[in-house]
Order: sequence, then C-alpha cells, then structure tokens
Amino acid sequence: MPIGGIIIEPGNSKNYKTGSWRTFRPITDLKRCIHCMQCWVICPDDAIAVKNNKRIETDLDFCKGCGLCAEICPVKCIEMKKESEFNCNKKIKNKKM
Amino acid sequence: MKNMKPLTGTEAASYAMKQINPDVVAAYPITPQSDIMHGFSQYVADGKVDTDLIRVESEHSAMSACVGASAAGARVMTASSSQGIALMHEIIYIASSTRLPIVMNVVNRALSGPINIHCDHSDTMAERDSGWIQMYCETAQEVYDLTILAVKLSEHKDILLPVMVCQDGFITSHGVEPVKLINEKKVKKYVANYKPKHSLLNIKKPITVGPIDFYDFYFEHKRQQVDAMQKAKSIYPKMAKEFSKVCGKNYRYIEPYKTKDADHVIITMSSTAGTTKEVIDVLRKKGKKVGLLKIRMFRPFPNKEIVKELKNKKTIAVLDRAASFGAEAPLYSEIRSSFYEEKNKPEIFSYVFGLGGREINPGMIERVYSELISGKAKKENYLGVRE
Repeated sequence: MPIGGIIIEPGNSKNYKTGSWRTFRPITDLKRCIHCMQCWVICPDDAIAVKNNKRIETDLDFCKGCGLCAEICPVKCIEMKKESEFNCNKKIKNKKM
Repeated sequence: MKNMKPLTGTEAASYAMKQINPDVVAAYPITPQSDIMHGFSQYVADGKVDTDLIRVESEHSAMSACVGASAAGARVMTASSSQGIALMHEIIYIASSTRLPIVMNVVNRALSGPINIHCDHSDTMAERDSGWIQMYCETAQEVYDLTILAVKLSEHKDILLPVMVCQDGFITSHGVEPVKLINEKKVKKYVANYKPKHSLLNIKKPITVGPIDFYDFYFEHKRQQVDAMQKAKSIYPKMAKEFSKVCGKNYRYIEPYKTKDADHVIITMSSTAGTTKEVIDVLRKKGKKVGLLKIRMFRPFPNKEIVKELKNKKTIAVLDRAASFGAEAPLYSEIRSSFYEEKNKPEIFSYVFGLGGREINPGMIERVYSELISGKAKKENYLGVRE
C-alpha cells in the first residue's frame, strides 16, 4: 500500500463502491418511466445508468440511496425501499487493499 | 579555527538553511523565531540561495504552503515558535501523515496563556504525538549540525517523516556562541538533491494527495507511521555516524556526561544540559558521583538506550521544561515507562522547572543533586516556583 494515503493509480475511485453505504434502495418501475432523464441529471453519484437514450436500472454499486431521483421523478415511478427488505447475499465488495 | 564563527542559535539555523539551499521556504514571523527568517530572507534577497520564499498571512498558511510544495516534490523548510506552532497544529498532523519530509526549526517558547515570549517546551511537547521527529539542541552548534542532518533524516526513503529541530528561546536563540561551520560544498554534497518517489508535478505519473481515508484504509496508514518512526529509530545511529565524517561529531540520540561511575543522574534536554554539566564539574571536584544524560531525540523516544545507560544508577531526577496538567510531566513519564520492565530500577524523581522562561541556575541544579544524594527529594518537585 502506498504511504501517506496517496493514490498512485488515477481514476481508481471507480473501485470504491459507495453502494455499501445505502440504507434505502431505489426501485424503478421502468414500464411507467418516461425517460425524461431528470433523475440522471440530479443523481449526485452518476448512478443512473443509460443505454441507447433510455434509462435502465440504477447502478447499485454506487447508489448511496439518497432518494433525490425518487423525489424529482415527475411520474413517481421510483420507490425507495428499505435495504433490509432485500436479500443481502450479493454483498458489495470493495477492491482489496 | 578559521571555520569558527560567532553565531546566535537563530543565525546558526539560518546559516544551515542557506547552505542547504532548500527549494521552498514558507514562514510567518513570531518571537523568538523571527531572527531565523530574518537571516534567511536576507540570503534570499542577496541571491545567496535560489529558494522560493513564500510570505504568508499566518502559520496555518505557512505549513499549508510547505505541505503543498513538499507534495509537489520540493525540498521544504520552515521555522516557528509557540503560538505559531499551535496555529499550525492542524497542518502539522497533515504533513506527517502525508509523509512529507519538511524540516522545521523551532525556537521553543511558552504557550499562552497568560501570554509569554520566553522559553519552555510546552509548544513542542503539545506536538509530541503529531508524528514528527523531534530533536532538542543544547547549543547553537547542535542547531547548525542537526539542521543539516535533519534534512537527510527526513528524506530517507524508509523514513519520510518531517523533523522539528528545537532550540531554547532566547537562551540559545539569542545568545552568541562559537560555531564550527562545515564547508558549503561539503554540506551540499552531503544533503545532495532530493529525489521524491512521487510528485504532484510529475504529470506522467499522476497522483492524488490527501484524499478521504475512512475506516477501510486510515488505520493502515497510521500503522505505516508507527513503522516509519521505528525505522527512524533504527536508521538514525548509522546516519549520525555517517554525518560525523562531515561535521566531526557523532550526535547520538542521547548524550551521557560523566555517567559511567555516577550514582545520581539528572536527565534533561536542550540548554539546561549545559548548565548541568557545569554543576557536575564542580560537584565532581568535591567527590560527588553525579552525572547527566541529555536527551537529544525525543521522538522517536530512545527508551532502550536510556535504560541501558542508566539501569545501575541509584537515583534519577528528570528535569522537564513542560508540565502535563493532570498527569506526570512529559519527559518524566517517558523515562518512568522506559524503566517499567527493569527489575532493579533506579528511583526516579520529577522536577518541573523554567516554565515561561523562569531562571534555572547552577545553584538550583546543585540543590537537585543534593536532594538526590540525601534522599530528601519528593516524587514530584517544582524547581524555582513560589509555592
């Protein structure tokens, strides 16, 4: 491990998966989603994934569960559910030291 | 004698800085340190060095500028005292934890309050757990030599820790002494060029300095600091020996004075060691078996070496120029802890003295020895105070 807390590998924040901090998980009903992209704009963690101009599932590796997407959604198709309701088998693992 | 020059402690520090010619110096004036920067800024103005001298609006900014410059890969030095160090406190920890080899000349001065400009060690004792190496100098000669050594020590690839080189405010800093100077070419050859492993200015290998460091990595970084201090302890004797070829004197962690056959020993740091040597010479003529152990390096603390030197003594008086309110005085506490594992340990007494520049004279030190010899010393004593 480099000394002094310096980071010698540029761009490695991608390896720091902040999804483990989450206590609420956004569940998006993509059938009702109108793909207005307001959630994509407001998400502070860049966790709203987009493919072919369509919003797809939230990237749970980085979503901290702040709920801003659910708040701004004009059709209210995002619901914040307690993380404890989900099976926690698939734990998020951070990069090893 | 042609290499001898009459210098004050502060002049000795700035002259060493001139010969080292650091890349960056950032400092803010404060009594009694100001003379160091006064002298050094004259060298800058006269073109004797090519240092970038950054004038800042506070010590907090001074140390911040030092941290930035050091992270950029520069050889960096600064100087301060008392309140200045207190204001730097936040960044002092950042310098050591970021592992930046900054060298700071400290002129020890009592911390406020009440406000005081004279000598005691409360300012640097407050930084004893900051992760800086701390050296305490008895004379201007030591200040000069150890400032040069400190540069090499801090930049050693297995150490990379900042160093404080401390001298006593006014007593050492403003008193003139003969100082034996090293030829400038020799100094430059000894300190050589600083080649950092990582540098913010190396755009081919971009790095991040000072990122957030939570529960998943912070502890390991602190453990690395502990290791670095231990390495400093094991590497220092070899470095001091090497440096003795340059300066002519081997600066050990500790300096014993007539301890070999002594029964009663005083342990102290900085200029008071000089006064104690005078008293020892007088008492020795009267047949008293007394000695001194001067502690030169306080961090890392040379506990094993101290015990090895003094385990067969009858009594030890530890003279602290700082108090720790609600606990034992700092040096006394370290010494007592060092002897904990020993079966036959000397009796150890604490003497707090000289706070806020209160006089410490040969008569007072003689009284300490006579209390040790007669067995009249109390466990904790305050030398020279009105009770």
